[in-house]
Amino acid sequence: MREGVLVKPYERLDTEEIQKIHEASLSILIDPGIISYNGEAAEIFGDNGAEVSSHNGYWRVSIPEELVKESVKLAPSVVKLGARNAKNDLVLDSKEPRVRFGTGSETNVILDMGVEDFVSKESGIERQFPVFRRRRGTVNDLCQSARVCEQLENVDFFIRNVNIQDDDITDDNKDVNKFYASLNNMTKHVMGGLTNLGKLDDVIRMAELISGGRKEPIISFIACVTKSPLQFVRDSTQSLIEMVRRNYPVVISASPQGGSTAPVQEAGTVAQQNAEILAGVTLSQLVRAKAPVLYGSNPLRVRMDTLDNMYGAPETNQYYIGGVQMAKFYGIPCYSAAGIGDCKYPGIEATAEKMLSHLFSTLTGAQYVHYAFGLLEGTNTLSLEQLILDDLHVGLCKSILREQRIEEELRESLKEIREVMSTSHKMFTRYARKYMRSGKLIPFYPFEGDGNETLIKVRERKEELLSAPVDEIPEDVKREIFHEFDVLERIK
Amino acid sequence: MKISEEILTKIKENVVKGRRNKEDEDLEGGSVGEPGVEELVDGALKGEIGPKKIIECINDAMVVVGKKFETGEYFVPDMLASAEAVSVGMEVLEPELLKVGQKKEKFVVATVEGDIHDIGKNIFAMMLKGAGFAVIDMGTDVSAEKIVKTVKAEDGEIVGIGLSALLTTTMENMGVVTEKLREEGMSKSVLVGGAAVSKEFADKIGAIYCADAFEGVDKAKELIKRG
Repeated sequence: MREGVLVKPYERLDTEEIQKIHEASLSILIDPGIISYNGEAAEIFGDNGAEVSSHNGYWRVSIPEELVKESVKLAPSVVKLGARNAKNDLVLDSKEPRVRFGTGSETNVILDMGVEDFVSKESGIERQFPVFRRRRGTVNDLCQSARVCEQLENVDFFIRNVNIQDDDITDDNKDVNKFYASLNNMTKHVMGGLTNLGKLDDVIRMAELISGGRKEPIISFIACVTKSPLQFVRDSTQSLIEMVRRNYPVVISASPQGGSTAPVQEAGTVAQQNAEILAGVTLSQLVRAKAPVLYGSNPLRVRMDTLDNMYGAPETNQYYIGGVQMAKFYGIPCYSAAGIGDCKYPGIEATAEKMLSHLFSTLTGAQYVHYAFGLLEGTNTLSLEQLILDDLHVGLCKSILREQRIEEELRESLKEIREVMSTSHKMFTRYARKYMRSGKLIPFYPFEGDGNETLIKVRERKEELLSAPVDEIPEDVKREIFHEFDVLERIK
Repeated sequence: MKISEEILTKIKENVVKGRRNKEDEDLEGGSVGEPGVEELVDGALKGEIGPKKIIECINDAMVVVGKKFETGEYFVPDMLASAEAVSVGMEVLEPELLKVGQKKEKFVVATVEGDIHDIGKNIFAMMLKGAGFAVIDMGTDVSAEKIVKTVKAEDGEIVGIGLSALLTTTMENMGVVTEKLREEGMSKSVLVGGAAVSKEFADKIGAIYCADAFEGVDKAKELIKRG
């Protein structure tokens, strides 16, 4: 099992404030309630006592307090996620602030990095500099991303992070290809959304062939049920219903944008998002009692010059903290976010923006933090070089917050201090060795250099990681998959 | 394996692990209670293994340590721990070496007047001891007069002098030391190092520049070869 890091959570809301937000969310679900563009969801709510009125192409649903409270109580407080290698299983316990990090966002753009020689016009000095090229993502990129993430210590789970846009990828074969590309190149838990709900059973069947009868599901799903403010989207709501019927874990994700699709105020966005997620959780439990779901908190603030997303804004971090605290209040494991910024290129600026939320999200104690690796330009671009840097920096954040062992450390340290004071050199270096060997210390920043040298070193590391062997799906299982599903031969 | 080979193998292993004696942990925090270099060298001598063989074995071990450092498997703390283990082993060997007329080469180290920053000097001293030198560590904030007096008192047995300074304001005192040595007619080689020191500065004061403690030890060994 992957342990993650158990933290003492940083909390902004006290018990009374949490209760106030809870009550505000319940009142939002009554008035104005939600708009559902999905008829089946409206019917399920109506059958269970909600007030539903039909309009032209949508339904208004006013959800009574008791229905929400009773449904939310049914949602499991522990969700287990399996993996091809059982060592990578995850147990997400809402009572335990144990943080795990993973990838996320189906990015449209891949940022390739090359290295070229340049000669200074003034001094004639030759130097190497990174050069970048943007292009559409392919299924091969997804395979490569999974291979790199398999090797990285701090990537605990994998959410497909490339929108595969090859010419021979269609709506009909996209889902099996993206799940196969991920599962064949890594042995950690794989999560994703669906492009075509009609392919849900194919994806599940393929995962079951690969898992070889493991009890815990090696894949799980994301359903972005709500479009803020408070609107149930027809397709993704249907996805939630069908995934829950098959008893697969689902993230019920909301992404209100403070300042445009939600109030800019911290309390307003947290309350609205909470209402959106509670509505989804209620629906899930009405479809199947005790269905495993995650509280999908993905809020952000918008920038005021363009109304684009501003993940690096301080308020985004405030919203994150509120989301995690509300999930804890309901006893539902929390899917949160970290590591997103506005910068388009890997390196210092991107890292500065990302570290703000990497650190804060670790501090919140969310059980399942996505978006944490490799994203640039919001969630639009993926850079494997940045992904490797992010892995290092997430590790640093985890180190800061890891559990203390005060008594044991004092016992050791006092002995060391007394011994060292009796030497001529007064150096504690020999005692640092076992900590270094235990992996608790990084010996030095491994990509040290000016900005350009750092990226060139990271690129070398990427090549090493890509050439490392991966425990692929066994050949007999591959044969069965390729016989049964339209998976592209070139990623076999 | 013969008992003598077995004990020499253990000495080598423990130098590589940086274990001075039975109290010490190895790199992973284990091995406490098992004999370290001190006990093993003592045992080897009692088992009538000659000091020459033991020193060869220690030198072999330090070659292994050096290689591990070069390949990135070992870090500075590992090098220093091994150097300390060697230093302890050499102390046990010293009476035997004296019997056959072998003496350790002497080296004086000091942080110059006005400066109390001694991490670099301490690392250098540890590495020197690990390389088999007898180190006279004069400490920090040491005046040129005191250094010259110590060198004089050792009556020509000093191979060289190592000076460190962290500050640009205090490094000038290194020049005072070299000047005083010249005035006293002593042509001792002076190695200098520290954050503020450069090759240009070393050349200016007639000293030998060392970028770090490792280079310092290499240069010290060269001084012996030169005689």
